[in-house]
This record gives sequence, C-alpha cells and structure tokens, in this order.
Amino acid sequence: MAAELHDYLTFLARSVRRAFQGSWRYYAWMTFLTLVVLVGLNAYARQVVGGLSVTGMSDQVSWGAYIANFTYLVGIAAAAVMLVIPAYIYKNEAVHQVVLLGELLAVAALVMCLLFVTVDLGRPDRFWHMIPLLGRFNWPISMLAWDVIALNGYLVLNAHVAGYLIYTRWKGEKPNPRWYLPFVFLSIGWAVSIHTVTAFLYVGLGGRPFWNSAIVAPRFLASAFAAGPGLIVITLQLVRRLWGFDVRDEALMLLRRIITVAMLINLFLLGAEVFTEFYTDSRHVAAAHYLFFGLGGAGKLVPWIWLAIAMNLVATVLLMSPKTRTLRWLNLACVLAIVGIWVEKGMGLIVPGFVPSPLGEVVEYAPTLNETLVSMGIWAFGALLYTLMLRVAVPVVLGTMRRAAPPVSPPAGETTP
Amino acid sequence: MSQDAPNGPLLDPEEGTTRRNFLKAAAVTTAGVGAVAASLAPLRELDATFDKEAWLQKHYHELTPAEMDKVLARLEDEAKAEYGVDVTVRDVKPKAKTKYAYALNLGVCVGCRRCAYACEKENNTSRAPGKQYIRVLEMEQGGIDLETANHQYDPETVPQPGKFYMPVQCHQCDKPPCTKVCPVNATWKEPDGIVVVDYNWCIGCRYCEAACPYWARRFNFEKPVLNPADMNTDTAYLSNRPRPVGVMEKCTFCLHRVREGRYPACLEACPTGARAFGNVYDPKSEIRYILENKRVFVLKEDVGTLPNFFYYFDA
Repeated sequence: MAAELHDYLTFLARSVRRAFQGSWRYYAWMTFLTLVVLVGLNAYARQVVGGLSVTGMSDQVSWGAYIANFTYLVGIAAAAVMLVIPAYIYKNEAVHQVVLLGELLAVAALVMCLLFVTVDLGRPDRFWHMIPLLGRFNWPISMLAWDVIALNGYLVLNAHVAGYLIYTRWKGEKPNPRWYLPFVFLSIGWAVSIHTVTAFLYVGLGGRPFWNSAIVAPRFLASAFAAGPGLIVITLQLVRRLWGFDVRDEALMLLRRIITVAMLINLFLLGAEVFTEFYTDSRHVAAAHYLFFGLGGAGKLVPWIWLAIAMNLVATVLLMSPKTRTLRWLNLACVLAIVGIWVEKGMGLIVPGFVPSPLGEVVEYAPTLNETLVSMGIWAFGALLYTLMLRVAVPVVLGTMRRAAPPVSPPAGETTP
Repeated sequence: MSQDAPNGPLLDPEEGTTRRNFLKAAAVTTAGVGAVAASLAPLRELDATFDKEAWLQKHYHELTPAEMDKVLARLEDEAKAEYGVDVTVRDVKPKAKTKYAYALNLGVCVGCRRCAYACEKENNTSRAPGKQYIRVLEMEQGGIDLETANHQYDPETVPQPGKFYMPVQCHQCDKPPCTKVCPVNATWKEPDGIVVVDYNWCIGCRYCEAACPYWARRFNFEKPVLNPADMNTDTAYLSNRPRPVGVMEKCTFCLHRVREGRYPACLEACPTGARAFGNVYDPKSEIRYILENKRVFVLKEDVGTLPNFFYYFDA
C-alpha cells in the first residue's frame, strides 16, 4: 500500500516536472494559453462583480455563447467513442494505438463543458445546492439534473480508463483488463447518453417550437461524430510531427470515413428539419426564418448560418472526393467541419430558440467582449489541460517516460556505458 | 528523503532537486500566483461580504419555524443595510381549501399598462432595466397572433382603433414546465396554485425562463435597482421582498396580499374593471361566476400547461 502510494506520488511528481519541460515551441504555446486563461479569468472576475448583465443575454435571449459552446463541447467529448468502438470492438490496431488521445480529449472537453455551465450560472456560489443529498437535486424530473450525472459520470469514466492505462504503462506493467475494459464498454453507451441528454435539455420544452423536435438528438450525435473526430485527426498529426508519436495513416483514413458518413447524415437531418419547417410554413417557422433569412429586420445570425452551411457542404464534398486521401486536403476538410458545426449547433441552435420570444417579441443577441473573453479563456484552459495530459501520455506510451529511468539516458554527470 | 525509497526517487535522478531547479520552480510559482492574483483584481470591487449564515441557508421547505424567523430577521437587516429602509419580511402561508384563478376581460382592457406599473411598485421589481411581470400586447383585431403583436406600442392615447390589448403575466399553470426543469427545486407550485421561487435557493441557470411558454419569468442580470423612497416595505419571503442578484423572479398573484384576503395590485389598479380574481373553490366568488358563465379561453392551450389565467371577450 505504502509502496503503491509512493509509486503514484512519484508518477504525479514526474508528470508535473515533465509539464514544465519542452522545446521553445512548447513554452511559447503554453505561455500563450496561460495568458489567454488569465485574461478570461479577469473577465470572469468582472462578471462576478457586475452580474450576468456584462453579457449580451437578456430576459428574451436568456442563454447565449456559454451554452452554445457547452453544447458543442459535449459533442466533442462524446466523439471519443468513435475511436473507442473501432479500437475495442473491431480491434483495429492502428486506432488502438491512438485511442488514449481520444479519451484524453473527452476529459478536456468535459472540463470545458463544466466550466461553461458554471460561468453561465447567476449564483455560482450556490453550486452546492446541486450536490445530491447535500442540496436538493431534482432528479429524475429535471433534464439538467440528468445532464449533471451524465457529464460527470462520463468524465470519471474517461479519466479513470485513460489514467489507469497511462499509469500502468509508466510502471512498466501490463494493464489488467478487469480494471478498465468494463469501463470502456460502459463509456460507449455513456457517450451516446451525454449528447442525447444534452439534446433533451432543449427538446423537452414545449414552449420552444424550434427545439421541440425529435430530430435534435440524432442531429447532435451526427454532428458530434463529425466535429470530434475532425479535431482528433488534427491533434494526432500534431503529436506525430512534434513529439514523434506513432500514428499510422490507416487510423487517420478510418477517421476520415467516419467523418464523411457523419457529415452526410448531419446534412441529411438538417435538410429534413429545414423541409419540415419551411414546407409546413406554420407560425412555428418564425425561429427558423430568423436563423436563415432574418425576421422583421433582425438577422444577425443569417450570414453566420450560411457560412456554416457552406463550410459543411464544402467539407462533405472534399471528404467524399479522393483528394482527402492526402493529409493536406483532409486537414482542410476537418477544419471546415469543426468550424461549420461549431456555428451550426452552437449559436445556430441556441439563439433561434429564443427569437422570437414566446410572446412573439424579436430581441437579438450578440456576445459582449467580456463574454467572448470568458469563453476564450475556457477554450484556452481546455487546450492547456489537453496539452498537459498529452505531454505526459505521449512519452509514457513511447516508453521514454518510465518509473525506472530508461537505460538510454543515464543520470547526468556519469559517463555513458 | 525519497532518495532512499524502495521504488526509486520521486523524480528522475537527472532531474533531482538542485539549487538551480529549486530557484527556477520558485520563480515560476511566484510569477504564477502573482499573475492569477492580478487577473482576479476586479473582485476587489465586490461589495457583498461573505455571510456564512446566508450561504448555508437551507431550502424553504427544510427550514423549521425557528430557523425561518432567523432568516426573516436577517433578510430585514440586509434590506436595511442595502436600501436604508425598514422592510418587514413575512412568511405568508397558503390558506386551506383555496385555489386561485384570474380572469381578464379583453373586451374592456384598453391597454393603459396601469396594471404593469402598479405591479412594479407593489413587487419591488428592478427599475433599471425595468423588469415588469406584466407584458401588455397590442394586437390587430381579427385574431390572437402573438407573432405580429406589438410590445412597444406608445401612442398618445389608448385604445387605438382597430386594436385590442392583451396583458400577459404568469399563468400559474397546473402543469408548470418551469418547475419541472429546475435542477434544484428552487421553484414549485404552492397548495393554493401559486408558482413561487425561493430567491435564496435559486442558482440562476435560467432553465425555467427557457421553459416558460408565456415568457412570464425574469432574471436579475444585475443587482435590482430600487428607489428607497418608492419601495413597498410590506413584503413576503416568497414574493416581493428585495431580490438578490443572479436569481429568477416572477408574478406570484401578489401572494402576500391575496393570502390575506386582498386583491392583487394589478387588479386594484385596473381602471376598466377588466380583471377578476378569486378562489375557484368558493361557489359565490366572482371568478367562479365568470368561469361558469363566460366563454373563457386560455392562451396557447396546445402546450398543455393548464393555466389558471383565463381570458374572455365581454363588452
């Protein structure tokens, strides 16, 4: 027990040490992220003092950029399952080598999700009211209570699986399947649940016709399984190029196929939604009209949603063409999908739910500078966290960071044998 | 220390603590703490002092009578400190065998908005920006179409020809979507039908505001702005006491008045007698007469929330 604790503390101490070591590029990147985090923290301190009135939100549009980013990031977290399934169910070797990076991405995305929800609270000081038993947790009636369980559970699952695998590998031991495989399989179902429950947050509101559609949950999953793997494709190439991580092109090409299919399904579902709204042309089309064409002179989202649709279309065409078998084009398609979906299911989904208001009032929303800085701070924090986790995970997997110092790097001051 | 441990040193041997490494780590830590402290500087302007009692206050339903008395006294002190006004805060309980309903005669409403202003004053809602619980819609004759309703109408005189006016406030639904979604039970339906908020339990997620089909809920995006000279000092815990920043609020049919046999402020202010209010369980009440004899309807019946706020047209 004492030896185990000592091992674990050693691992943590060496991980911290490792986090502060790296090339000038690494230092520059980490310094940049830290600065953005600090600027975000500063903006959040302003929000704590001034209240949520420092945001662009109002009684008409009562959720904005925070909840939009939250929704998008739940999808990124869920997308880890697109590596887990090929790795563990289809036993794909190339994906199995990199599945850890997907699970760590889920951890970082979930931490960002929780931060985005926290900064959106009017009374973050009362967070303890949500803690089961201590406070009053309205479960199973409130979908938000379900989401708290879903997100925290998925965070624990991924942190456990990834942490256990990294730690045992660092010790030079073979991981015991009993300690992680059941959790891996549980996480597959759980991944679907986090994004479904998040969709149900909106879908369950009868007074908001724009969200009150059964297609939202499938659309969330489809777009998540495009944007998430897209982000993973980019990350994998970065760690391959910068830190010499062993990523086979085969894994990237499998992800390309997954993203292509997910993009096609997402576009199909979007088309089905748009048809239902506009062909029916009932009073409920007002929100969709606001999003795509504007309503009564108000139309701040119009250019954004068309840009997003154009990006998604171009990305899909690229993905289907043989061009994206080369990484340069694949990366372009991935970036287009990541950004396009961020607009489409972020602000493009949240804001029209509020415009027009249930009483027909058209009040627009745009994030303020302060709100944008807080959001950027959270994104930077997520990137910082992900980089730190990779900074430890990559050398452990490569075998250059082990409990016993590798024989190739003897203690300083001694002569090489 | 760790150098002698059985499983090897905590840090790789070549990375052991040297004076240089130690100084480097100390410098980085100092700079980090300094940077975080600097970025948190705006918090110095936070005028609220941390009150442990307030922070640990239990949910309304879990407070014993003795605890409630302490809470009420504390809230009165808080109001005194904040606005310099002696406010009484009471816990007004619902009456037995009572269920309230409201009826509004659209045939005589002239759209003067006096109900909305009386409500503002009665309920101590923030004046900047104005947080009115009642929204009066100006509509074209020929249908009840919310999408084309005018919220900002401002003519010299009302009513305008060819228009009618529809005040909307909380409908105190029998199936309230707002209470269902609250993650912490900070809002609920009382036995007499009134939907209330515990301002000291709400976490400010605004999910209820998204859920309400009648846009009846308001959020305190900043600390309410009240004029001490103009404040209503007769207040109740669940209704019109001064609210903190960051929580939801809503119309409570003036529960501090109606539970003591008075009418809601909006009804008293109405110059045309368009408003009727009462206990539906009382067979001799005016509301009962209207519900039984007038052709009443509810707004957005299709959302199935079963409102206790009825409209009818009667000249």
